[in-house]
Amino acid sequence: MEFKTFVFYFLSAILVFAGLRVITARNPVHAALFLVLAFFTASGVWMLLQAEFLAIALVLVYVGAVMVLFLFVVMMLDINLDRLREGFWSYLPLGSIIALLMVAEMGLVLGGNYLGLFENSVPQSSAEYSNVQAVGRLLFTEYVYPFELASVILLVGIIAAVALTQRGKRKNKSVSPSQQVFVKAGDRVRVLQMPAEKSD
Amino acid sequence: MTLAEMQFQMPDLRLASAEIFMLLMACLILILDLFVKDRKRTVTFVATQLTLIGAAVVTFATSSGEIAYTFSNMYVGDLMGDLLKLLLYLTVIVVLFYSRGYILEREQMARGEYYSLVLFATLGMMVMISANHLVTVYIGLELLSLSLYALVAMNRDSVPATEAAMKFFVLGALASGLLLYGMSMIYGATGTLEITTIAERLYTGQADKSILVFGLVFLVSGLAFKLGVVPFHMWIPDVYHGAPTAVTLFIATAPKLAAFAMVIRLLVNGLIVLAQDWQTMLILLSVLSMAIGNIAAIAQTNLKRMLAYSAISHMGFMLLGMVTGVVGGDARFALNAYSSSMFYVITYVLTSAGTFGMILLLARGGLESDELEDFKGLNKRSPWFAAVMMMMMFSMAGVPFFVGFFAKFSVLQAVVAAGYLWLAIVAVLFSLIGCFYYLRVVKIMYFDQPTNTAPIVAPMDMKILMSANGLAVALLGIFPQALMSLCAFSLLRSL
Repeated sequence: MEFKTFVFYFLSAILVFAGLRVITARNPVHAALFLVLAFFTASGVWMLLQAEFLAIALVLVYVGAVMVLFLFVVMMLDINLDRLREGFWSYLPLGSIIALLMVAEMGLVLGGNYLGLFENSVPQSSAEYSNVQAVGRLLFTEYVYPFELASVILLVGIIAAVALTQRGKRKNKSVSPSQQVFVKAGDRVRVLQMPAEKSD
Repeated sequence: MTLAEMQFQMPDLRLASAEIFMLLMACLILILDLFVKDRKRTVTFVATQLTLIGAAVVTFATSSGEIAYTFSNMYVGDLMGDLLKLLLYLTVIVVLFYSRGYILEREQMARGEYYSLVLFATLGMMVMISANHLVTVYIGLELLSLSLYALVAMNRDSVPATEAAMKFFVLGALASGLLLYGMSMIYGATGTLEITTIAERLYTGQADKSILVFGLVFLVSGLAFKLGVVPFHMWIPDVYHGAPTAVTLFIATAPKLAAFAMVIRLLVNGLIVLAQDWQTMLILLSVLSMAIGNIAAIAQTNLKRMLAYSAISHMGFMLLGMVTGVVGGDARFALNAYSSSMFYVITYVLTSAGTFGMILLLARGGLESDELEDFKGLNKRSPWFAAVMMMMMFSMAGVPFFVGFFAKFSVLQAVVAAGYLWLAIVAVLFSLIGCFYYLRVVKIMYFDQPTNTAPIVAPMDMKILMSANGLAVALLGIFPQALMSLCAFSLLRSL
């Protein structure tokens, strides 16, 4: 077996295992960490396909940003797992029947033709071919229209988040520097005259 | 210099100038709103309406009537797109006028973001209408959906609205997933995302049929979700019922035009070679929608919920036109069938706007008036608006000589011409069942004693617009020919 093939099967095995653990792990933090592992191994598989930009982006964006945020949410929210699992057994028979039906149907439609994967091999490119450059060029030339619109979607996300959470002016305890500089000693220290208490 | 560099052509921005204008103005209005101190946001409102009118002028001025592509064939400008866009602007303008009073009475909605989100949703629909690339279709759809989720949730303290937004979001995300999965399969089978190229590759037989059909199932499921037809309809009643009525009005009107365009672009422009396959799927969806929509609507006591089920049945009816385009490899009837669908969806949007507008007209002082009981004895309170509402209901039911009748008639004509006599009979039977609940509204308005005798107070512009809407339903019923031939002509020049 070629070394590359070995690496592929090794990474795939970890990927499948991590993917299974994501949905079977009882602890949501563990599930999130297994998802991180799955992303890492998936980026390894992409690296094998010489898609180094996608591999790096996957690690940076998903592992670095999305999953960290996700972990924060999982840790901060008090998720009652027993309540989430309620009704699992009563839904299981119907759910598994539908799932089996769908798998069987897909199998029937596709048969053994493996989606024609073997007809097209992975394009080989020379060593100096730059993925980042190719993706960048496509994004800013041919795909400029959906690219710009994707930024509009992000803008809508921002507007929606602000519109749904902001409630009038903030009433927080921040300090206003322009008023702060006018402070006098009398504003800060108050001398109280208190009569001494008599001890009984 | 690589091949990609040499092939790239500078896009012709003029063709997409309406979209560019809309985007710029939406961003400008977002900033403008920061400086508006007025609680009623009159400046933002006027600017939004002017933007829509401006976009209409731009679309009209740049419409050449020819099919033209730009942005590396991701954008297509054609007569069907231009016509649908003009109707889209008109619908949004009417929706904003109707909603004005309602949102002013609700503090959390009377904000500048409402107008910006509506404009961004409109932009999303414009992108969908003019899409010639699977990525563009998807991006436009997401832009529309995200804006709609936020609009539904905007009345934050209302529990039903939040619940509706949550359901809408989760199911919408699922539908987008289905759609994307189908698109990726089609990409896998044809090796391209460009809709016209997909059609070419299918025509020359360069694609793996089994993967294509596999992808098509998911694509049609995703489309069905977005159209809201059975069995992917479950979100419609909850969202229509839970959302603030002003937003329900928006969801129930403009996106239907965009969804129609999406069906045409994906199924007709792209996958016409597979017509036999998707027509069978659509027949199933259509019959189920008409059955469940019309029967479930009878049981509703809430008008918004009833209209939601009626929307399901109408979308099912509209799909009838789509299933009769190609008969046994013969596309002779295609133009007739698709233009009847287009006419149906346009007139449905017109009527739907009027019906939800009427609920908004009656909702005053922060109260909703979306129960059937609220319409009791409307004739005693305002004979004119009761008459307008009656025309809307008659049109939806398909009573002769209202526009809904001709819409149903032209679709049925296409169905019979294609030889699906049984389908036409089924459609007529379910429409007859549907008549019951539309006519019940009329009965309640005319023969029941009013529980609320307060006269109807509404701004003048809304009254005028509502009357115009009612008259349009009646007049288009008497002279449907102009709009019908416009639909047929625009499709003839676009397909």
